[in-house]
Amino acid sequence: MSRRLSPAFVLMALLVAVVVAGPLLTPYAPNAQLDIIALRSQAPSLAHPFGTDAVSRDVLSRVLDGGRVSLALAILSVSLSLVVGTLYGAMSTLAGGVVDSTMRRLLDVALSIPRLLVLLAVGALWGALSFPALVLLIGFTGWFDTARLVTDELRALRAQEFSLAARAMGVRGPRLLWRHLLPHLLPTLVITASFGVAGTIALEAGLSYLGLGIQAPQASWGTILRDGAGVVQSEWWLSLFPGLATVFAVLACNALGDALRERFAPNHVPRRATSRDTAPIPMTGTTSPSAFSPSRTVRP
Amino acid sequence: MRVLQSVAVVFSAASLAFVLLQLAPGDPATALGEGISPELRATIRAQYGLDDSLATQYGRWLWSLLRGELGWSRDQHRPVAAVLADALPRSLFLMGCALSVSLAGGMLIGAWQGARAGSRRDRTTSTALLVLYSLPEFWLALVLLVVFAHHLGWLPATGITDETYRYMSTRQQFVDRVRHLVLPLTSLSLVGVAVFARYQRHAMQESMTQAFVRTARAKGLTESAVRRQAWRSALLPVITVTGLMLPALITGAVFVERVFAWPGMGFAMIRAIEARDYPVVSAGVILGSAVTALGAALADIAREIADPRLRTP
Repeated sequence: MSRRLSPAFVLMALLVAVVVAGPLLTPYAPNAQLDIIALRSQAPSLAHPFGTDAVSRDVLSRVLDGGRVSLALAILSVSLSLVVGTLYGAMSTLAGGVVDSTMRRLLDVALSIPRLLVLLAVGALWGALSFPALVLLIGFTGWFDTARLVTDELRALRAQEFSLAARAMGVRGPRLLWRHLLPHLLPTLVITASFGVAGTIALEAGLSYLGLGIQAPQASWGTILRDGAGVVQSEWWLSLFPGLATVFAVLACNALGDALRERFAPNHVPRRATSRDTAPIPMTGTTSPSAFSPSRTVRP
Repeated sequence: MRVLQSVAVVFSAASLAFVLLQLAPGDPATALGEGISPELRATIRAQYGLDDSLATQYGRWLWSLLRGELGWSRDQHRPVAAVLADALPRSLFLMGCALSVSLAGGMLIGAWQGARAGSRRDRTTSTALLVLYSLPEFWLALVLLVVFAHHLGWLPATGITDETYRYMSTRQQFVDRVRHLVLPLTSLSLVGVAVFARYQRHAMQESMTQAFVRTARAKGLTESAVRRQAWRSALLPVITVTGLMLPALITGAVFVERVFAWPGMGFAMIRAIEARDYPVVSAGVILGSAVTALGAALADIAREIADPRLRTP
């Protein structure tokens, strides 16, 4: 543990606190149209710190409420991706041989199809999707890099002495995987989840901004941005505050991911360069194939 | 092997587009509204060949793709191929510029950091990069749009050229193009620089600990010469990552094109979504996958050039 860990945790704690305490903090109901004439499109003031939108809803309340939706979507779909990806990776490693290499090739192919374009195609065909459908859609299109990471990591773990020892004692198949290998994978999965949530928050904001994510009138950071899309200049508060909230949440998750990686792989970022670790940096966030990149090797 | 995989990618994308279309509710007749007679509906279904077996439809779909027939854009009233022929070069231009700037900037900053990893300057830079890295491109684009185009009025807000482009001299045309490029390029590149710098920093830090660097120091080379050598071997992970980053670059470009009304693929796709113009969307999916596969193949070639060890004797 080091003092470098703390800022990330502070950010994360703040985010969680705001989201959990959201309903207590919101001054108004997120969808309440307070006064459609007098309080329409008001600039930020003391009564409405983030202003009001075109139908006089309080933007602060909507940002707080929308954050819960955005984060819930990200956490649920990333959890789904992690489970599916880990299962796929475990199955591939257990099967071994031709099945394993075929499953890897399939992953490579799946990773080459840009995810956003697929999501856009689904949006074009189905239009509005419900929240559970969105979770499934984002979850089931996001597990490929988790699966690749898990296969690489498991392959490396299997070659280590403790795993050889377990196999020499007769531990086989699922039991070997569950009792001996998966526990070593846990830190990696936690780190991946952290970067994954960051990326998915940004993705949700983008999709909802295009009108393909969360549907109005339910607030989410992306839908508020969409409300402000036509009036970025005059009603800037509709774009600024949900945007800042998104950046803050993404930053908190990315920082947590970085901090955890340092914590779990202490050799990773030494004060002066003396690392033996050859793992490439994981990256996600707004852009990314979310995870460690392909050639991750054994952690010392 | 590479070629085979690229073919597999395009084939999968084409199949995916077909499956999605089959799963989706409605058929071409639905677009005409509720009030059409059953006879008309049957005629339309027969015209589109929707009464054939799925296997026949699938075969026909792949065969027409192979011949380059991508369908008809109902929204733009012209062949999808024509829509793409206009849009794709503009997207590739924007993405190419963004990739070059991101790579150059990211490698410079990352290598500079990696050579002094752990120092205060390195950590401050890392924090700044993490913030950049966490910015959603479309929101960054919105901020730049409001500040530099609307508020300060320094740069044009939308499009690829000015309306009076045709009447300009060659020099003015060049200036006009550059002025239109600045904001979209900046939106994409700021994030891209952060992405590549993170990788380059790590690779450089790694490389600085290698034995050959110690040897170079022991031989009495200057520190900058040592760093040049270390950087050469720190290139490889960055090249590998470049291939993997292409889907992310496409994602960024879609949003940035939308914000700045840059008439490329992303813009065309979003317009097509709003018009429910599926042929354009599915062609976009296939083409995006093809570009990604091609980019990954190029990255492989570049890696072989940079690393003599990978060359087959």
